[in-house]
Amino acid sequence: MFKKLTITALTALTFVGAGGAMASEGGGHVRDFKFSFEGPFGKYDQAQLQRGLQVYTEICSACHGLQYVPFRSLSEPGGPTLSEKAMREYAASFEIFDPEIDDYRPAKPIDYYPEGTYPGAPDLSLMAKARAGFHGPSGTGLNQLFKGMGGPEYIASYLLAFTDESKEEAGTVYYENPVFSTGWSAMPPQLYGDDVEYADGSPTDATSIAKDVSAFLMWTAEPKLMARKQAGFISVIFLTVLTVLLYLTNKRIWAPYKPKKSV
Amino acid sequence: MSGIPHDHYEPKSGSEKWLHRRLPVVSLLYDTLMIPTPKNLNWMWFWGVVLFFALMLQIVTGIVLAMHYTPHVDMTFASLEHIMRDVNGGHFLRYLHSNGASLFFVAVYLHIFRGLYYGSYKSPREVTWIIGILIYLAMMATAFMGYVLPWGQMSFWGATVITGLFGAIPWIGDSIQTWLLGGPAVGNATLNRFFSLHYLLPFVILGLSIVHVWAFHSTGNNNPTGVEVRRGSREEADKDTLPFWPYFVMKDLFALGVVMIVFFAIVGFMPNYLGHPDNYLIADPMVTPAHIVPEWYFLPFYAILRAFDGDVWLVMLTNWLTFGVVDAKFFGVIAMFGSIIVMAMVPWLDTSSVRSGRYRPMFKWAFIGLCIDFMVLMWAGAMPAEGIYTTVALIGSTYWFGYFLILLPVLGVIEKPLPQPATIEEDFKAHYGDTGAASANPAE
Repeated sequence: MFKKLTITALTALTFVGAGGAMASEGGGHVRDFKFSFEGPFGKYDQAQLQRGLQVYTEICSACHGLQYVPFRSLSEPGGPTLSEKAMREYAASFEIFDPEIDDYRPAKPIDYYPEGTYPGAPDLSLMAKARAGFHGPSGTGLNQLFKGMGGPEYIASYLLAFTDESKEEAGTVYYENPVFSTGWSAMPPQLYGDDVEYADGSPTDATSIAKDVSAFLMWTAEPKLMARKQAGFISVIFLTVLTVLLYLTNKRIWAPYKPKKSV
Repeated sequence: MSGIPHDHYEPKSGSEKWLHRRLPVVSLLYDTLMIPTPKNLNWMWFWGVVLFFALMLQIVTGIVLAMHYTPHVDMTFASLEHIMRDVNGGHFLRYLHSNGASLFFVAVYLHIFRGLYYGSYKSPREVTWIIGILIYLAMMATAFMGYVLPWGQMSFWGATVITGLFGAIPWIGDSIQTWLLGGPAVGNATLNRFFSLHYLLPFVILGLSIVHVWAFHSTGNNNPTGVEVRRGSREEADKDTLPFWPYFVMKDLFALGVVMIVFFAIVGFMPNYLGHPDNYLIADPMVTPAHIVPEWYFLPFYAILRAFDGDVWLVMLTNWLTFGVVDAKFFGVIAMFGSIIVMAMVPWLDTSSVRSGRYRPMFKWAFIGLCIDFMVLMWAGAMPAEGIYTTVALIGSTYWFGYFLILLPVLGVIEKPLPQPATIEEDFKAHYGDTGAASANPAE
């Protein structure tokens, strides 16, 4: 029975595997960084998220918004978990437009990050999930499946991949970046190392900063990642127990009809 | 219910008799659950129960999601993020629903291919088969419209491409496309009608499923030997069958448990693996994605759609014969729908008198070829329509049609089938040995 069951399961998995065979987009240059939140038991590193928040605030937020992220979520569990006071102070450092008073005012916890100010700079809320699409090799999706490569790897690789080349086309300067889909990015290079100063004394080389901000952007895209993995884990445990019981029940009721198989 | 002799519900107490005279609903449930089922059913026969579970899962999660969803082009994308961030358990519900569609299609493909191998479509089960294909078509429509609802880039452009297929119909195509979209392009009207129909169609599927079950409860189940259950007497029938409850309910529930473990692992640990990342970008009519690809379960048919470009001689010939009415685009649309129609027609295309593929040595290879072909087409559908990929898709499409239109009719004539067991009992005994219990009355 288990032989046949294995065959069935393998057939099903083949379907699932082929399902990952989406169009591959570049991706040859994306590096496989290690993140704490990879794998079924991976968790966000709270200190890293706080460092990433600092990088976003000091560098990225000059142009990019996070319009789907409410400030209150910064102190919710499973995220950077700022203290209530720190979160309120942080929110108040942003000015948002309030249509009720028809004027700008300091943001409150229930407000969302403002939209990006620079034309053409995409919103970063979901970027870590929107850039997870390099299902290599040959469109099989195996890198994503086995190495856990996804959006954060893309963002970190992208930030570090700028060459020194640039070109001007129709009044816009483009900077060469082999990770970017067209090879030329309108965003200039941002990270050179020591771009920020961390309070906890963590390394501030370009690679560390890129990883920190990528981890933070993964959290903005998937704030419930830890809750989801926990729910998944509990579901799998309970279903396994249930399935074992069902297996034993099934074996028992069939036993009179299958003398060769019943022990 | 079925023609196989078995015992029926008999009301015993006074209240049971009272209800039975007025509404024999307990009798209906009893006869449905107690249907004599061939006892040699193997592990490919549990997908029906998985499909029923998937339908229920999609309806329940979908109804809750609809409570928090806003179908308006300016608010939809944000309402999805509201579900993912603010609704209690909303992130898990949404991932259950989006991956539930994949579970549904994994199960339906294995269910269909099971039927194709064991000849479950053959007389007298043609109606069961045709209703099954109708369910599959309704599933495709539901899944396609559901994919539009998050209002991401692939939602928008997928809707544009697929409704464009109807636009390829000569003369009336443009009008049909406008009618489907509710306007000249995919917009707010499209989103609202897709939401409405996405809510409606699962209940149509539920209704069709009941007819599907009714149909095979009238003919009795097929089984891996393809040999019919003996119906001459109650004793003979009991030697070939066991009642659905509890024997097959327990077996199917165990199998469902195994499938659920895998399913919940995917939902919990890699819920975005099967989706396209571009759908996390808000729909933008001004920016066309580099590659527009449907969800994985449409890829084989998407490959067939794109395989027939203007360079294929058959397309050129058709174009010339029809005075240009059937162009390459319309030909592709015909091929795509045709690939499902030939599958629906299989009861009349297969000429073999032997039902189960187990006893058909040549058919076996043709069928393995069809399975491989399906996977190859799926892969080709995911690739850009250029270079080697269109050639692969064309070869794959040719085999798909060749299998149904040439191999199945011809094999039935030239193939020499292997000897089949005389009865299901004989096949079962060969596997599990003789036992006195098998002839005991199993319904007690």
